[in-house]
Amino acid sequence: MRLMSSLQIDETDPMTTVKALLSRIGLYLFAVIVGLFFAVPMLWLLTAPFDATPGLNVSWPSFTLDNFKGVFENPRAVTSLRNSLVLAVIATGCVVVSAAFAGYALSRVRIPGRNLLLYMLMLFSAVVSGTATMVPTFLLIYEIGLINTHTGVVLILTGGMLPTALFILKDFMDSVPRSYEESAQVAGASSIQILKDIVVPVVRPGLAVIAVWALVNIWGDFLTPFILLRSADLYPAAVVIYNFYDETGRPDLSLVSAFAFLYSIPVVLMYLFVNARYGFRFHGGIKR
Amino acid sequence: MTADDGRRRNDAAAPGHDVPTGADGEQPGPAGGGTVQPVLADEGTTSVPEPEPRPKADATAEVAVINKPTAIGFVAPALGLIGVFMMFPAVWALYLGLTNYRVTGTAAREPEFVGTDNFTRALEDPLFTSSLWITLIFMAFSGVVGQMGLGFTLAWLFRRWRGWTRRTIEVLVIMSWIIPGSVVAFLWRAFLDGEGGTLNALIPGDVTTEWLLRQPLLAIIVFNIWRGTAFAMLLFDAALNTLPPSHLETAKVSGASTWQTLRDIVFPAVRGHMLTTALLVSMWTFNLFTPFLLTGGGPNYQTEVLAIYVYRVGFGQGDFGFGSAVSAVMLVINLIIALVYFRVLRDRRKKA
Repeated sequence: MRLMSSLQIDETDPMTTVKALLSRIGLYLFAVIVGLFFAVPMLWLLTAPFDATPGLNVSWPSFTLDNFKGVFENPRAVTSLRNSLVLAVIATGCVVVSAAFAGYALSRVRIPGRNLLLYMLMLFSAVVSGTATMVPTFLLIYEIGLINTHTGVVLILTGGMLPTALFILKDFMDSVPRSYEESAQVAGASSIQILKDIVVPVVRPGLAVIAVWALVNIWGDFLTPFILLRSADLYPAAVVIYNFYDETGRPDLSLVSAFAFLYSIPVVLMYLFVNARYGFRFHGGIKR
Repeated sequence: MTADDGRRRNDAAAPGHDVPTGADGEQPGPAGGGTVQPVLADEGTTSVPEPEPRPKADATAEVAVINKPTAIGFVAPALGLIGVFMMFPAVWALYLGLTNYRVTGTAAREPEFVGTDNFTRALEDPLFTSSLWITLIFMAFSGVVGQMGLGFTLAWLFRRWRGWTRRTIEVLVIMSWIIPGSVVAFLWRAFLDGEGGTLNALIPGDVTTEWLLRQPLLAIIVFNIWRGTAFAMLLFDAALNTLPPSHLETAKVSGASTWQTLRDIVFPAVRGHMLTTALLVSMWTFNLFTPFLLTGGGPNYQTEVLAIYVYRVGFGQGDFGFGSAVSAVMLVINLIIALVYFRVLRDRRKKA
């Protein structure tokens, strides 16, 4: 309790109070500046889609929803959003399912140095970035006949994301008490049943984390579809947004802005949902 | 320290931070709650609280919940996908870089082995060397200094805030990270535009600076800080939550300045997190293709980072062999970055 009293003495010292007040003001000022720095570039996304004549400036919109009508009447815009959805759902599914199986097995089977192994794997996935290997990636997909298909894009995205997903998920898997599984095993459950009925429900937050992480990454990914797809009707939204030009060759801003809004909304909503439900933080997933 | 220890401490520590602020008492995360000892009641403030005994059971006590063949079957799909679609292209890049593989012409049908020709050609290309230089500057300022610096500052300054102000900042920072890159590039084009851009409108006076033409490198650096700070902030936030609050209180009571507290207590405690973050942020920034969406590498190659360079020679000029050689250089630099960080990590562990 000695600590307690010395703290109280500190707080009654007038110099300390003034200093604390000043630093508090400085802190608020800094908070405002940082808030503005992050908020201001986003304003365009909130105003332009609802503006009858959107420019590149942020202005109070003369409100209209016509821009959105324009998006829904544009077949390429609608198709690309559907493509994004297909790619994101399938690739995320592949990442989560294969990471869950592998993460569970790696968590339960004793291999010497498996943590280091997983760490190296994740590190290697950062070393082998998708951008550095874009040429061989293209050739690989070309050689196996999957160029210009969504399958090719899904496979490349899944392969690139799995190491990190595995790394994060194994940590969650390790936290599942073994006694649950042992009793299930005694009751005659198979490995798949144990995984499905016991482990998956317990590690649901972990699965949610990697699912959101994968979905956000795939949803926003530009490079992979950009190099692997050729037909415009297969393009996801990330690529198509660069093809919306008007007759003068300038970006068609009423289309682009409304489209950008619709394209961003799903991931933003998902983040807000996950944040409210599970708390969007890193729980020691990346440690050391 | 095992991950489990860290996590448990994390959960216990976070609500403790709430005590001094006495804000709206919102729990920081889903795992918060439960009864937590008041932090200041901890008398043994000078020593690290003993970690709980490790829960690791020894191998003999373990009942096999999964047998070997099943385990292999579970692991195989993931490792197969990683091996074929991630590892293999990297190995292939190293090989292709030694050939004159082209998209069209004779070199497309039967590429020849040309040894290190591509590499010497790259070194002689002033655009390659300038691109490498641009990439390193970009990595240092936007990634290491910018994202990590701002990320840590935010995590540190607002660590005890639990109100709507903190939530707002956090949501804004994370939004800028979540919104798809293609959209973000448009946002920044609008923000930096010379005629109606918001930035020019905010600067007093009649400014019509075309920022993307006048300060292209600075533009992509600031753009990338805006884009990527969230990751560093979240990681540092998690790291700071593992600090026993009593240590910070001790420092405060003994009159240590903020800088002394950071240097003597905070940095040593989170150096592992710092290094991991630094490692990932540097490599990600080094390989970033996103500037392409904002500037296309221009004007006049001033923002052509290596990823864009590879794209231009590989897909723009159809020179796959040469592009792969540059890819190989990128991979090697990535590897060097990784090894340097490992070295630092090991040295510091030894010292500790």
